[in-house]
Amino acid sequence: MDMATNLDPSPPPAREADIVRKPAIEARGLVKRFDGTLAVDGVDICVPEGAIYGILGPNGAGKTTTLRMLLGIIDPDEGSRRVLGADNPQHVARRIGYLPEERGLYPSMKAYEAIGFMGALRGLPLDEGRKRGRALMEEHGLGHAVDRQIRQLSKGMAQTVQLLGTLVHEPKLVVFDEPFSGLDAINQGKLEGLIRGLADKGTTVIFSTHVIAHAERLCESIAIIAGGKVPYAGSVEEARDRIPAQVRLETRNAEGPWRAALPGDARRNGAFWDFALPESGVEPLLKALVEGEAGIQSLSIERAGLHDAFVAIAGEAAARDMVTQAAGDEA
Amino acid sequence: MSVDRSGRLSMWRAAFVVARRDFTAILFSRAFIFFLLGPLFPVLVMGLAGGVGAQVQSEASTADVGIAMEAADTDAMLEARREMRELIGPSVPRMVELERLSPGEDFDAVTYLEEREGSLAAIVTGTPQNPTLTATANRLGRWEGMVALVAAHAADPGAQTYPAVSTTLVETSGASENSGRLRTAQGGQLLLFLLIMLLASMVLSNLVEEKGNKIIEVLAAAIPMDAVFLGKLFAMLGISVVGIALWGSAGFALLTAAGISLSDYANPGVGWPMFFLLFAAYFAMGYLLLGSIFLAVGSLAATVREVQTLSMPATMFQILVFFFASLAVTDRGGWIEYTAIIFPLSSPFAMVARAAMDDSLWPHVLALAWQGLCVAVFVKAGASLFRKRVMKSGPRAPGRKRPLAKLLGAVFRNGSTPPA
Repeated sequence: MDMATNLDPSPPPAREADIVRKPAIEARGLVKRFDGTLAVDGVDICVPEGAIYGILGPNGAGKTTTLRMLLGIIDPDEGSRRVLGADNPQHVARRIGYLPEERGLYPSMKAYEAIGFMGALRGLPLDEGRKRGRALMEEHGLGHAVDRQIRQLSKGMAQTVQLLGTLVHEPKLVVFDEPFSGLDAINQGKLEGLIRGLADKGTTVIFSTHVIAHAERLCESIAIIAGGKVPYAGSVEEARDRIPAQVRLETRNAEGPWRAALPGDARRNGAFWDFALPESGVEPLLKALVEGEAGIQSLSIERAGLHDAFVAIAGEAAARDMVTQAAGDEA
Repeated sequence: MSVDRSGRLSMWRAAFVVARRDFTAILFSRAFIFFLLGPLFPVLVMGLAGGVGAQVQSEASTADVGIAMEAADTDAMLEARREMRELIGPSVPRMVELERLSPGEDFDAVTYLEEREGSLAAIVTGTPQNPTLTATANRLGRWEGMVALVAAHAADPGAQTYPAVSTTLVETSGASENSGRLRTAQGGQLLLFLLIMLLASMVLSNLVEEKGNKIIEVLAAAIPMDAVFLGKLFAMLGISVVGIALWGSAGFALLTAAGISLSDYANPGVGWPMFFLLFAAYFAMGYLLLGSIFLAVGSLAATVREVQTLSMPATMFQILVFFFASLAVTDRGGWIEYTAIIFPLSSPFAMVARAAMDDSLWPHVLALAWQGLCVAVFVKAGASLFRKRVMKSGPRAPGRKRPLAKLLGAVFRNGSTPPA
């Protein structure tokens, strides 16, 4: 009998300590309208300190507007937000790093100067920022480009420079807006490593993405946003648990008493049976199959992925948009 | 709630960070070379403005000829001048009664003329039969014949010969001092206008780089938008100071080499050192006032093309303000001058002229305080406009236009398409 329990590589499980961790960001009922159009409609978000938190949704769902309200770039029309203990996020700007979706640097600046300038905007002395800029670039394999002007760098290198500028002042909270867009697979992997490294040091990381896989690999908690609303905010585990695990069964015997053990919605798919894992769990099912002489050839239990959870929570249309946009990115 | 005040840069420190970046970026760019060469191009404008200036000067520098004779002679001279004016026209100078002398009484025309300020340019003493004209050299040559004509008519309306006019030369007069100060006032206004006009187009396009390169998002997340505005304004002010210092040094060296000194020119009302100081202060105020408007308007433009579209009305607006302030010189103490002083945008121009013409200092203290207040209001309003209209994202409601598109739509109503 070949039995495999096929679970995805899991993100770090929500730690028990999360329950008592102070929130780095707490937003209640955020509403924003532009020229009468409702862009964000009553968003609630709570991000614990030290967490990696994802805001997941298709383009135009309201992710960027939500982040901009959390950063104090724009004020909400309704609702309140509290960031690192301050009602006005601008009052704690020195402790925040922000990488906007639309990257931007002064083209005539040298790379290390750009990092120093971004640090200076957050209160780091210019000389210290430049010194750190040089060191960070060396550390990330860009030592050869330290003295090059931004306009002389490739797009990927310029993005890395801006990323380093976002982190040069060692912020306690880092906000990334679509950080993976425009990066190749290798650099996406490096960025994931960097985000994990930040969280290991106790930095709170919040990022928006329309690529479910990134959120699934990195985040402890997520907010799903669609049409300006947040239908789900909580841990990735809880989101996945909303969908029962899927069982795929292959038997030697086509008929027999074991058939009574299958749930009513079980579907035949060639030599396989597919059905949702009953609430009673896997052990009673196995027992019934064995005693009913099913002759189990293989049985796999696949836990629902975040994509399935997203479809269930945000709807088929939103999920389709996400997949299309992610495919567009890769193209 | 407790707010960590050290959690963000103060307004002035944030403005300094932005200003330092802009200042060094512009100073070491090609744009600065064009900025330095800029003053050569407005020479053309200067030539054109010279025509208007001449008109202003002819109206503003009216020179009077004073009459100091016995009562009957004074009346006869004034009556003769009125009749001559009707016959000949405006080339007959205006004559005013200075003193009605008693028979045998002397009148020291030289001292009177040298000490008197205002528009008095010459004095006629003696009698219509034997007049004496006291004036500066160029006035003597210009008016000797006219005084002879008027005196002859005063002595005998049917006279066929003119009396010989005795002349007394003075070094200066109230009118020539007045005229020199007027030239200084006009020169100061013109220089102020040219300097500010040069900066305006650079200020208009000042935020395009940030918006085009999406840097504005990074700035807005880190520091208050007011600080971005202040930083950009002061960076341009710093750039202009460097430019003025370079041009000023070059000009001073040229004048010195040519053996020309400021003492050759009429002393401004407040004196040369104070005049330079006030000029610098009014330049700063004038630039900050106009700059804050242009920066706010320019911030609505997303592309260089939109900035170019805005440049023309902005330049025309500046010229209108300049002409209004120029007009104020002709109306000293009148409502036009006071309006020009109170209206924030023309106030620096009007006050520079006043510094040249008048010696009192307290109006400058008041004017600078008023202009400083206006700068604060304009910058705040500009930053607020920017925050409200530009720092936003999200879908635009159908049928809604951007403010600049609205503005351009109004201008191009005749079916042409506003720039995208």
